[in-house]
Amino acid sequence: MNYDENEDKRAVDRLFGGTSEPAATPDPISHDGPAPAPGVVHIPRRTDIDPVAAKRAERQVSMFFGFAMLAFIGFVVAFFAIPKDKIVFVPVIGNTNASNLTLGLGLGLGALLIGMGAIHWAKKLMSDVELSQERHDLAPDAATRAEAIEAISEGGAESGLFQRKMLRRSLIGAMALFPLPLILPLLDLGPRPDGQMKHTLWAKDMPIVVDVTYQKIRPEDIPVGGLVDAVPAILPTVEETTHNLNERAKSAIILVRMKPSEIRAQQGPNWDYEGILAYSKICTHVGCPTSLYEQRTHHLLCPCHQSTFDLADAGRVVFGPAARRMPQLAITVDSEGYLVARGDFTQPVGPSFWERT
Amino acid sequence: MSGIEKGYDWVDDRLTSSNFIKRNARKVFPDHWSFMLGEVALYSFIVLLLTGVYLTFFFKASQNEVIYNGSYIPLKGVKMTEAYASSLNISFDVRGGLLIRQIHHWAALFFVASISVHLLRVFFTGAFRKPREINWIIGNVLLTLAIVEGFAGYSLPDDLLSGTGLRITSGIILAVPVVGTWVSYLIFGGQFPGVDFIPRLYSVHILLIPGLILALITAHLMMVWYQKHTQFPGEGRTNNNVVGYPFMPVYMAKAGGFFFVVFGLTALMGALVQINPIWAFGPYTPDQVTAGSQPDWYMGWLDGALRLMPNVELHIFGHPLSLNIIIPAMVVAGIIFTLMALYPWIERWITGDTRVHNLLERPRDNPTRTAIGVMSLTFYVMLWIGGGNDIIALNFHLSINAITWFLRISILIFPGIAFVITKRFCLSLQRRDRDKLLHGVETGRILRLPNGQFEEVHQPISSAEAAKILAREDVQPLPIPAKTDANGVRTKHYRMKALQARMSHAWASDAIPVPTAAEIEAGQEHAAHQVHDAGERYGIEPGKPNTDFTESVH
Repeated sequence: MNYDENEDKRAVDRLFGGTSEPAATPDPISHDGPAPAPGVVHIPRRTDIDPVAAKRAERQVSMFFGFAMLAFIGFVVAFFAIPKDKIVFVPVIGNTNASNLTLGLGLGLGALLIGMGAIHWAKKLMSDVELSQERHDLAPDAATRAEAIEAISEGGAESGLFQRKMLRRSLIGAMALFPLPLILPLLDLGPRPDGQMKHTLWAKDMPIVVDVTYQKIRPEDIPVGGLVDAVPAILPTVEETTHNLNERAKSAIILVRMKPSEIRAQQGPNWDYEGILAYSKICTHVGCPTSLYEQRTHHLLCPCHQSTFDLADAGRVVFGPAARRMPQLAITVDSEGYLVARGDFTQPVGPSFWERT
Repeated sequence: MSGIEKGYDWVDDRLTSSNFIKRNARKVFPDHWSFMLGEVALYSFIVLLLTGVYLTFFFKASQNEVIYNGSYIPLKGVKMTEAYASSLNISFDVRGGLLIRQIHHWAALFFVASISVHLLRVFFTGAFRKPREINWIIGNVLLTLAIVEGFAGYSLPDDLLSGTGLRITSGIILAVPVVGTWVSYLIFGGQFPGVDFIPRLYSVHILLIPGLILALITAHLMMVWYQKHTQFPGEGRTNNNVVGYPFMPVYMAKAGGFFFVVFGLTALMGALVQINPIWAFGPYTPDQVTAGSQPDWYMGWLDGALRLMPNVELHIFGHPLSLNIIIPAMVVAGIIFTLMALYPWIERWITGDTRVHNLLERPRDNPTRTAIGVMSLTFYVMLWIGGGNDIIALNFHLSINAITWFLRISILIFPGIAFVITKRFCLSLQRRDRDKLLHGVETGRILRLPNGQFEEVHQPISSAEAAKILAREDVQPLPIPAKTDANGVRTKHYRMKALQARMSHAWASDAIPVPTAAEIEAGQEHAAHQVHDAGERYGIEPGKPNTDFTESVH
């Protein structure tokens, strides 16, 4: 092997700008070394021929780096000096957090200035002579390929993998079963579907309460055209023990009141109470809470994908991707005159799922 | 010997680094602004890693209930998950926390955006052709991972908006036939929303997917380095060389500097432009939603597909088959990503071109490919517009039903129209290129000849421009195979080969022929005469370029 010590030295010089022993001539054009690109005329830049311009460019680059230092120092000062909850007014942006603004400007401008300096340096002071390098055929020559294949087949033959059928088959079998112990424990990520998705907290005589305040509702609390978000009275108690929102995700309802004459159809006979209708709030498409109710048309719109349900017409889908009508909850009043459910929903609420049947 | 040299030798004695360095320190990379797009993606990812590590120090991935007691007054005393409470703490009680959170989110948007535009660049210039198909596939996987990673990221704070996105995800999973409910129970640890999902998503978001992305980016870059970068055609640029600037020092400074530019701009966005103000949405609860809920931009097309799909649900053996969800969320998305991944092989089969390509094509050089790209892009953009139909309806006072129906119908028509227009546009550009080569460009100088005739002086285009135009190849459609050979034996795979030939004709038969050398010579001779005549008339020395001329040329 020919070891060219000089070439190594030159590589080091190129790397670190060493001055020990400059090569007398530029690197000879080896098969790997870059050569000036043919057919491209190089027009020297101002900085290539005018030392004053080159010095000016150097000053500009250093100025960028210098300002970057100032920006980072500004960041440090802002970090300690500006309280984290101070709000300032900035034109165009409006009121904004002073700490966020100054820290961001310090970091952002500093980084940007480093980048601009480096690029300016490259564009003004580093050589812009285009070089050309040969590409090598990525496909190796036939001899190399044959050698490689020979090596593989030799190795394969020595292993006996191709000749020993029983060995091969048993190995494949073992490898095929190997993922099982890795995947199987994942089955304990969650319980098997238990039919809970078909039931909600609603039951016979379950009081209907306003969401958030959990106050019982009298029919006269809801004016015609009004809408109330409601949940079953037991929900807060349940959530205190389960510490999750699973039941809320199914049992949220909306109450709307319209003139009884405006109700064209319901999902069951007299499921309303004096024009007050209770519908599930959970969209039958992919489960967003529907929340936009248009009083005049009695349309309920889901803000996620715009499925629209006509609450005066048994929750029928009038537009959008939802395929099923909104489930209705039969309601009445109890002996004290508060609104209560007459039972659970007669069909699962929310999006379709395979076991829904 | 200086300390640095000693250190160099120390490493070199152990790793033979000189061997690699002597071959690679001065490696040449071609220059073009569009080659920077992939760089933006890489640097955004580094910014994501840096800011992400910082966020993990403060974020608590838990759905345990806590009562918020931080410094954001409007939510004081409100019950919420630890995930949301710690996200609020990052935003209000950690110095620089909001900044890092905003940089992280902006960088995520830039990451997916730059990957997408980089993919378009690679597609429209034919950079995916042999030998770079493996990198095309890796790029496709990276795009998919980036989208999933972004979605996972903005779902973690457990605010009302992100929770709504997860609710939609759970609804989509439930629609999977047979196993949907079961898979959903596994993922969420039972019914939605449960208390397990955010910690699980967190592992996926900070470990699994970033690990995969990091590994694939490394492979992606190593392959770019090893195979050498493609270059645009031009003077001195051939399929067998690479013309540009050396890695050291030019690209070290330019690319290294560009990392700081990307970082700097992202940080400035974090300082100046608010993103995802989670405190304004409130904690997630499955019975509330805000109007105008919008996902991050890269999920918009999928949301749009869900919105545009008509409400078809079938029942098989009593079980629901929600085509209104399965088609947009699984079938359409699956087809898009599969066709995209297989595209290099589809094009290769149609054109029969199995050669190595290191020279890029300009979009006009391959009208059919460009048309396919614009057609697909039109489809994507229309889905994306569909994802914003409520915003459009609100801002332009239009009926949301009318917008949806318009999109439902036009998404089947517009992509086809886009294909035809794009192909014609490319062919026109080819014709214009041919004209420029044969007849030169107009100079704006009108000559009046002795016989009273007016003529505009044309000037030949520069050799640099000519080289770009001449790099295009005349593509020959594949020959239609004979049904039987001379002996009357049926050609093997005749139908397949005939289909391939027909597709190849549709692909290439209307291309404008690249001018031959003889044609160019004849054309330029004529133009040269004119210039000479004009020169005499206006007192311009022949051979010396007139500044007015050159200005009007460009």
